[in-house]
Amino acid sequence: MSAAAVQTRVLRVLRVVVIVALVAATVLPFAYMVSLSFVRIEDLLRDPLRVVPALDRITTETYRQVLASEEDGGWGFGRFMRNSALVALAAAALTTLLCVPAAYALTRLRFAGRRQIGALFLAVYLFPTIIIAVPVFVGFQVLGLGSSLIGLVIAYIALTVPVSVHMLRNHLAQIPESIDEAAVLDGAGRIQTMLRITIPLALPTIMSTALYSFMIAWNEFLFALLFLSAKPELWTVSLGLTRLSDGQEVARTVLMAGSVLLTLPIILLYAVAERALTEGLAAGADKG
Amino acid sequence: MASPRVSLRTDARDGIALITPVTVVVGAVIVLPILWTVVLSFQDARYIDVARNGLLNELTLDNFTSVLTDDGFWEAMLTTVEYSVGTTLGSIVVGLVAALAFRDAFRFRAPLRAVMLLPYVAPVVATTFVWQVALNPQYGVVNAFGTEILGWERPVPFLSTAPTALLTVIAYDIWRYFPFAFIFLGAALTGLSRELEEAAVVDGATPLQKFWHVVLPQLMPTIALLALFRMVMAFNEFDDIFLLTGGAADTQVASIRVYEQLTGSSDIGGASATAAVMAVFLGLALVVYLRLTGRFREVAR
Repeated sequence: MSAAAVQTRVLRVLRVVVIVALVAATVLPFAYMVSLSFVRIEDLLRDPLRVVPALDRITTETYRQVLASEEDGGWGFGRFMRNSALVALAAAALTTLLCVPAAYALTRLRFAGRRQIGALFLAVYLFPTIIIAVPVFVGFQVLGLGSSLIGLVIAYIALTVPVSVHMLRNHLAQIPESIDEAAVLDGAGRIQTMLRITIPLALPTIMSTALYSFMIAWNEFLFALLFLSAKPELWTVSLGLTRLSDGQEVARTVLMAGSVLLTLPIILLYAVAERALTEGLAAGADKG
Repeated sequence: MASPRVSLRTDARDGIALITPVTVVVGAVIVLPILWTVVLSFQDARYIDVARNGLLNELTLDNFTSVLTDDGFWEAMLTTVEYSVGTTLGSIVVGLVAALAFRDAFRFRAPLRAVMLLPYVAPVVATTFVWQVALNPQYGVVNAFGTEILGWERPVPFLSTAPTALLTVIAYDIWRYFPFAFIFLGAALTGLSRELEEAAVVDGATPLQKFWHVVLPQLMPTIALLALFRMVMAFNEFDDIFLLTGGAADTQVASIRVYEQLTGSSDIGGASATAAVMAVFLGLALVVYLRLTGRFREVAR
């Protein structure tokens, strides 16, 4: 048999092996997470290898415990989820509200400093979050925004704006300007043109920008840690999970239920809007 | 009908009005902080000094001398470099292998591709927690499997002893970030014309030769860009390492050092100086990298 034929055969088998191995490596940790969230802690400690609980040992007590408020003997994840949802929704809405006009201006209108501002957004995005974190932390403390959800929302907007503007700008640049010009000639003002013509045409990209910001804000950890560590009533899900797992008093299986609750919204979002999110993440590298 | 001159003037006015809000936010929360970091790094400032005097503290080079003469700092920089190179190389290689395996259509390709992106989209706090539990010496499934089935003599404390801790963190980040390389390289592969490859096959090239001499050279620009992206991201990484080890067991990278200076000893000046040195170091590395790849591109041409 020729070298080419041997290689073709080996590679054909290898390809299947690689696909199976990669899918297993990605899926198994998530399967482990979901499975352990239904295990009783004493069962886990007795036999760590028994990852899937026996049918009669399955428990949902973990979820009740992690969700219930502290007064009801739980760990307050219901409140953490509300905080996270508030912050992520506000960040997504405000980012979109700020970015659509900006992207419109950058693609449609000629004004002094246009190119510099475009370049600024790109440059900003190379800077490490930790460099920004020090002064933002100190500055927000001084302004009294340091330990509030509002401060967090502002920080998240700033984190997601550069990528969002970039995504929207690329999309708006593809919509022919002649459409706007026709509207302007018909007597519509700039703002009217933007609201009536451009925004409806760009709606899918606007949605993916909003989803991208929501996801970054929901997943974010460092700023939540810096701003809110001392305020348990304001903890986001990410921060709450981390803080509770630092101590020993909360059972790991209960925290697994917490991890599922933290991950589930993102997986659902991802299932609904996979393409939109992938586009944003590929453009967005990794901020937050 | 409006004359062109009027429309240009209103264009400028509207443009500035539309872009101002976003510029103010980015300016206030990103640009100003970066500049302030530079100022703070020249001040011997604690939190209380900043609260009282704002920007107006005495200027000094002390922070830089103490940062640069501290062995801990250089160890952290070395760890950062080891970690960055490890995860960048690893995630690109795995991402490339994945992209090649997914290149030709097969049943369930689209849903499986979507599944492969999960480590990248899932919240980092959740996935690091799962890894911590899975690798735990007492109740983790990996150690249980190792001792009961593979016959390890004792459980491995993956995240709490050197050098396995750093290696485990690198493995985690390869797992988390290979999907990123996978998206990029998958897109690049789709864009390649098949004609060149078919010609190579007609000329008798084996599949490996075809990959090495035809496919890989065409992917090099994407790989170079990806490596740059991943290096910058890895160099600044905080969450993953902090969540997995807290910086213990020789995994203290530069950004964790900044965090500890900031919160542990509330040495704001020191934290800023460390962050500033990091940025300078990264900037220099970028310049060298762009020079090298630029020369490489010229040679290739």
